[in-house]
Amino acid sequence: MLRTLKLVNGQQTTGNGKGFWLCFLAVLAAALVYPAFADSYDVGNFCYFLIWVFMALGLSLMWGYGGMLSFGQTFFFGIAGYSYGVLAINFGGGSLTWLALVLAVGIAMVAAIVLGYFMIWGRVGGVFFGIVTLSATLVLAFFLGQTAGPEWRIGPARLNGFNGMKGMDPLTLTWGDEDIFFEGTLLYYLVVALIVLVYLGLRILVNSRFGNVVVAVREDPQRAELLGYDVRKYQLATFAIGSGLAGLSGVLYTSWGQFITPSSVGLPAAAMPIVWVAFSGRSDLTATLVGSFLLLFGFQTLTIYSQQLALVLMGALLLATVMLAPQGFVIGLARLIGRQLGALRAKGRTDGALPDAPAREA
Amino acid sequence: MPILETRQVSKRFGGLTAVSDVDLSIEPGEIHCLIGPNGAGKSTLFKLIVGTYPPSGGEIRFRDGDITQAKPFARVQRGMSIKMQAPSVFKELRTRQNLHIALQQKFHRQALVDEEERLLALLDLTAHADKAAGLLSHGQQQWLEIGMALALGPELLLLDEPTAGMSPEETFKTGELIKGLNATGMTVLVVEHDMAFIRQIAQRVTVLHLGKVFARGAIDEIVNDPGVIEIYLGKGHGREH
Repeated sequence: MLRTLKLVNGQQTTGNGKGFWLCFLAVLAAALVYPAFADSYDVGNFCYFLIWVFMALGLSLMWGYGGMLSFGQTFFFGIAGYSYGVLAINFGGGSLTWLALVLAVGIAMVAAIVLGYFMIWGRVGGVFFGIVTLSATLVLAFFLGQTAGPEWRIGPARLNGFNGMKGMDPLTLTWGDEDIFFEGTLLYYLVVALIVLVYLGLRILVNSRFGNVVVAVREDPQRAELLGYDVRKYQLATFAIGSGLAGLSGVLYTSWGQFITPSSVGLPAAAMPIVWVAFSGRSDLTATLVGSFLLLFGFQTLTIYSQQLALVLMGALLLATVMLAPQGFVIGLARLIGRQLGALRAKGRTDGALPDAPAREA
Repeated sequence: MPILETRQVSKRFGGLTAVSDVDLSIEPGEIHCLIGPNGAGKSTLFKLIVGTYPPSGGEIRFRDGDITQAKPFARVQRGMSIKMQAPSVFKELRTRQNLHIALQQKFHRQALVDEEERLLALLDLTAHADKAAGLLSHGQQQWLEIGMALALGPELLLLDEPTAGMSPEETFKTGELIKGLNATGMTVLVVEHDMAFIRQIAQRVTVLHLGKVFARGAIDEIVNDPGVIEIYLGKGHGREH
C-alpha cells in the first residue's frame, strides 16, 4: 500500500519534490476555503470549470501518455451525461442518483471498450484514430438532435432533441426524510475531492508498471510488443480509463445544471479538450490540470463579452501552441522555472562552497 | 530436441516467394548463424520466426510447442527475446527507463534495481544511464536494445544484424558479449552477413540462397564451401573476403 502511494512521484510526472507538494497543499487549502470568501454564483462557476478537468485529464492520459489522439471525449461525455439523466429520472432521484453516476460512467467505459476494441484490434492508429472518434462524436450529436419527438423516451425520460434533456435530480443523499442535494458549495467540494482523488490516482497509474508500458507503447509499439507486452490491451485500458473520465465530467455536468443538450457533444465542444490539453502540455497531468482550468476560466470570462471572440482566441491559442510550443505552454513554462530554480540552487551551492575551498587546501 | 524448429516454412508476397520450404533446427545452447547474400530471405525468415509476418505455409515450433500463429508478444512470453535489425529503443525515455520497462516483466523492487545496474555495467552504459536513449550513439543504441532483450531472461536470443553500423571495435565487443551469454547456457540465433563477426561467434551456420536452405554445417565447413563462396561473392572471387 505504502509502496503504491510512493508512485505518486516518478519519472512520468513533473513536480516530485517537497516544494511542489507544498504548493499543491497551498492550492488545495485555497480551494477549500474559497467558498467562505466567494459568493455562491462564483462558487458555482468555479465548480463548472473544475467539472471539465476530468475530461482534460483523461485526454492527457490517452494522448500525452498513450499517444492516442481521441476526438471522442465529448462522445463519452454525452453518453454518460444522457445516461445519468435517463437513469436518475427513472430511479426517481434520491440516493439512487449515486448509482446512476456509477452506472453512467460504466456505460461510457463499456462504449469506449466496444469502440476501442474495433479501432485498436483493427489497427486504426495515428490520425485515423482521431478521425474515427470524431466521426462517432458527430454521429452521436446528430442523432441526439433528431430526438425531439415524444417517441424518443426511455421510461419517463424524454431526450428532447436540440432542446436537451432536463428534469433529472442532481446527485442527492437521502438522510432520514431529508434529501441533501449536491448543488452549489456542496457540489463544489465533491468535485474538488474527486479531482484530488483522480489526479493522485492518475499520477500513481502513470508512474506504475502499467504507466511505463503505456509510455513505451506511445514511443514504439512494435518494440513494446517485442518486450512481451500485448500492447492492444494496454491501449484499450488507457482508452477506457480516459473515456471514463470524460464520462465522469458528463455526469457531473448534468447533475450541476440538471440538463444536457446535444451541443455539449458536437464539434465545437469536441475540439475544446484538444485545445486545453495541447496548450497545457499533453504529456503531463499537472500541466493539464492547471492549464485547462486557466483556459476554462479565461474562456468563460471572455464569453461574457463575446462568445465569438472567445472561440477565435481558442483557435489562435491552438495555432500558437502548434507553431511555438508543440509540447505545451504550461509545461514549457514549468520546465523553464524548474531550470532557473535549479541554476539558482547550483549557484548558491557554488557561492557557499568558495570560502571553504582554501580551508580544505590548508 | 531442438529449442526452435521451422518445418517447411514458406512466405509468399503476391507472386514473389521470399522463403520456400525452409527447415531450420536450433539446438539448445548453441550459437547459430543464418547467413546469405542480399535478398536470400534471411530477414523474412527472421520475421516469420519472430511473428511479424504470418507464414504462407509450414510450421514453427518453439520449446516443443506450435507457435506458427502466435503473436510476437506471446512468443516473447514463452522465452524468446528479439532484437530487430534497425535500432529500436524508446528514444524519448532515459537509457535506464528503457531497461526498466523490459526488466519489469521479470523483476520487482530491489531485484529490478540491482539487475538494472548490472545490465548498465555489462553494456558499458552506466555513464549514460540518465541520458535520453535517442542521444546515444548508434552502437550504444544497438547495445541498449540487446540489453533490453537480455533483460527478459530469454532461453533463445534472436538477433537480426546486431552489429549493423558498428565500428570494428564495437563489433568485436558485441561478439564477445554474445559468446559470454552463450557460455551461461543461452541459445542464440543471429542473422548476419559480416563474415568476420560470424567466424568470431558461430558454432553452426545455415546458409540461405533465393529463399531456400543452400547449405548448413559447422562454421569451418561453411566458410570453405566453394558453393557458398560462389553465391556470396560470385564466380571468379577468392575464397576469403
